[in-house]
Amino acid sequence: MFEITEKRELAHLVKLLKIRAPRIAKKRKAGQFVVLRLNEHGERIPLTIADSDAEEGTITIIVQEVGKTTAMLSSKRKGDTILDVVGPLGKPTHIENYGTAVCVGGGIGTAVTYPIGRALKDAGCRVVSIIGSRTKDLLILEEEMRSVSDEFFVTTDDGSYGHHGFVTNVLDALIKEGMKIDIVLAVGPVPMMRAVSEVTRPHGIHTMVSLNPIMVDGTGMCGACRVTIGGQTRFVCVDGPEFDGHEVDFDELIRRNRSYLKEERMAMEEFAYHEGPRCYEKRGGA
Amino acid sequence: MDPKEIKERMKIPRQPMSEQDPAERVKNFYEVPHGYTPEQAMEEAKRCIQCKKPICVGGCPVNIDIPWFIRLISEGKFVEAARKLKETNALPAVCGRVCPQEDQCEKVCVIGKKAEPVSIGRLERFAADFEREHGEVAIPDIPNWTGKKVAVIGGGPAGLTVAGDLVKKGHKVTVFEALHMPGGVLVYGIPEFRLPKKIVAAEVDYLKRMGVEIECNAVIGKLETIDELLSNGYDAVFIGTGAGLPYFMNIPGENLVGVYSANEYLTRVNLMKAYQFPQYDTPVIRGRRVVVVGGGNTAMDAARTALRLCPEEVTIVYRRSREEMPARIEEIHHGEEEGLKFQLLTNPVRFIGDDEGRLKAVECIRMELGEPDESGRRRPVPVKGSEFTIDCDVAIISIGNGANPLIPQTTPELRLNKWGNIIVDPDTGRTSKKGVFSGGDIVRGGATVILAMGDGRRAANSIHEYLTTGEW
Ligand SMILES: Cc1cc2nc3c(=O)[nH]c(=O)nc-3n(C[C@H](O)[C@H](O)[C@H](O)COP(=O)(O)OP(=O)(O)OC[C@H]3O[C@@H](n4cnc5c(N)ncnc54)[C@H](O)[C@@H]3O)c2cc1C
Ligand SMILES: Cc1cc2nc3c(=O)[nH]c(=O)nc-3n(C[C@H](O)[C@H](O)[C@H](O)COP(=O)(O)OP(=O)(O)OC[C@H]3O[C@@H](n4cnc5c(N)ncnc54)[C@H](O)[C@@H]3O)c2cc1C
Ligand code: SF4
Ligand code: SF4
Ligand code: FES
Repeated sequence: MFEITEKRELAHLVKLLKIRAPRIAKKRKAGQFVVLRLNEHGERIPLTIADSDAEEGTITIIVQEVGKTTAMLSSKRKGDTILDVVGPLGKPTHIENYGTAVCVGGGIGTAVTYPIGRALKDAGCRVVSIIGSRTKDLLILEEEMRSVSDEFFVTTDDGSYGHHGFVTNVLDALIKEGMKIDIVLAVGPVPMMRAVSEVTRPHGIHTMVSLNPIMVDGTGMCGACRVTIGGQTRFVCVDGPEFDGHEVDFDELIRRNRSYLKEERMAMEEFAYHEGPRCYEKRGGA
Repeated sequence: MDPKEIKERMKIPRQPMSEQDPAERVKNFYEVPHGYTPEQAMEEAKRCIQCKKPICVGGCPVNIDIPWFIRLISEGKFVEAARKLKETNALPAVCGRVCPQEDQCEKVCVIGKKAEPVSIGRLERFAADFEREHGEVAIPDIPNWTGKKVAVIGGGPAGLTVAGDLVKKGHKVTVFEALHMPGGVLVYGIPEFRLPKKIVAAEVDYLKRMGVEIECNAVIGKLETIDELLSNGYDAVFIGTGAGLPYFMNIPGENLVGVYSANEYLTRVNLMKAYQFPQYDTPVIRGRRVVVVGGGNTAMDAARTALRLCPEEVTIVYRRSREEMPARIEEIHHGEEEGLKFQLLTNPVRFIGDDEGRLKAVECIRMELGEPDESGRRRPVPVKGSEFTIDCDVAIISIGNGANPLIPQTTPELRLNKWGNIIVDPDTGRTSKKGVFSGGDIVRGGATVILAMGDGRRAANSIHEYLTTGEW
């Protein structure tokens, strides 16, 4: 059993949870994730470790409510427990002093960009961050991201805050202005990661993306998480989650992530029916 | 035994084991055979003529004293029979069900020369079930702690055997299991209708009561490395991580939605209980028409699982002929009874999807058997121009597993063969790294439960020796 020691709301439908998991906290590095299962009937879902505190023995996850399991997790409160947490899984981000590193975070993807940005900063990189969301209320980790960045940009699709437009617009402008970029690390919705990769491709800028396929075990045993990278099948949970964005077959990833749309809707409807919609708000929110 | 009695005994027919009716059982996940009644078991046990030189024992990879436990059954001493079995086999209720007996102990039984061999597996299962169901499972006396600690990586049959043997010798043992439940293939692979999960749970519980600590959600290589275990108080390590890396065929369309590895399909259904979706949260695509590629036990398990999820048709596609199918005869037979279709001497060449990337058909090619290959089996070769398609919305690839690289990646001193399996001394299970032992599928590639357990037993003995003498 893993206890939730802290919980906060970061944005609409986005929660931060601290979980007591001392051994994972001690081991984890930027870019790694956990797989958790809430209860006996639960599904195993992967979530990035956004932060950890080895002394306190906790890991931090940031979760966006998109379906039944994330909704149930969001409705948990401080002191509640999670049945299974396994990790740290996946390969850590390769951190070195690249020179200038641009960290792009879209939506909840910023939860993944933040630890990477911090590690890059610690390694001596000049960190340029571009984070974006659909609208101001959905923006997360703005202060945290700013604190690890030498240059910092915010975009919103609707123009309610920061630059009006997409993260790719800013990235494109920086490249056109002649900024010498040594590496781009982009994490966010799959279409965003694809767009970033397309922006950097013509300039030959090394671009890493963090993929989020459906997973089951997270240890390389099942192959659920496979994606095509440079024409070859790779397992994201053990070979990734980060890959060269110029080699990823994003269309395939999008299609595979839609494998269970019908079942997911059914699970969510059944859950909403039994628990009432927005159960977490009824129980007093965060 | 005098010749007259032998003759009498030879007249007793092999006792059948009643089974769920095929039409009924394809609708549920309950176990297919019911098991012997005490009367049937005693009658079957009488068929054993108690050979002075029992060759059946040599056919069993762990050399169970077969005539002895069978005699106890014939005398009605069922609990004693179970205890006799457990002296050499930690999981008799499991082996009685899943061992390929027809290729092992029963293959060489002398009765088999004239009639059908003694049903050794069914008797083994009966005794173990009787003991468990009657609450007669006794915990052996555990000696005082030797002061030594052993880490076992992987909670499959190999690891569980090592753990059981070593606690009985007074060592402290912790089993580290990557998944949320111990059992290995016994819980995530082999389906409920062939091996009820409560049996595995009872065996694990027995180990816990003997003092074995089981830590789930612990992926060694990630949470801790072997070197860290060795420097954090463990005196020896056993690696029993199995062969859990699914192979794919590398043909076009293999990543379409609806194409699964057998591991994923079976894990979703067995471990995560997707057959009870939405009571359980993990979904699986049930499909209307399912194609299973391969001819081994795993393929049969996947196919018979698919049948129970109610599609219209489940077809096995296998590139050789029926004689070469590695699956147990009993399982092929059960599958046929349940309505499984077979496309033999057939191989998939590509998967075909619709606009949304979901599987809709598989294109296959007919094969014929050519010259024998290194394994002595005739090599299947494609027949030009014989392509045809099978409509399907789920395909399950079951062409074998390789070795998971997580541990070797973080333990460079481990010597591996070219397939990534750990190299050990076959008599002791010692690896190339001091204090580290291994066995089961991670050493052999995909093998069997009883071979994994036999490896575990041998490794436990040599771990004990190492811990006592300190010599490597
Ligand atoms: C390496 C990795 C890191 C991730 N990190 C985060 C994170 O830090 N924060 C966060 O909010 N989300 C993260 N995700 C995504 C998160 O795992 C999914 O949102 C979650 O599984 C959805 O489950 P659900 O039951 O709530 O929704 P569902 O209704 O089941 O699914 C909604 C969508 O989520 C995806 N999904 C469904 N099941 C799984 C599964 N078992 N594994 C992965 N994706 C699935 C599918 O694309 C699906 O359409 C990460 C995914 C991966 C692979
Ligand atoms: C579907 C299927 C059907 C089968 N049917 C039969 C049959 O009928 N009869 C038969 O005799 N054999 C059968 N087999 C083969 C048999 O199950 C295996 O040979 C046997 O389970 C091997 O045992 P093992 O202990 O070596 O490994 P496994 O049973 O594979 O167990 C290994 C365990 O180690 C864990 N693990 C892996 N990596 C790590 C890590 N890094 N850290 C911690 N834990 C880890 C895994 O999660 C797993 O629980 C079948 C196999 C399959 C897949
Ligand atoms: S363990 Fe397997 S091979 Fe040995 S006697 Fe039992 S059924 Fe036969
Ligand atoms: S060979 Fe057959 S008859 Fe002889 S002891 Fe073994 S089981 Fe009994
Ligand atoms: S999630 Fe099973 S292999 Fe990656």
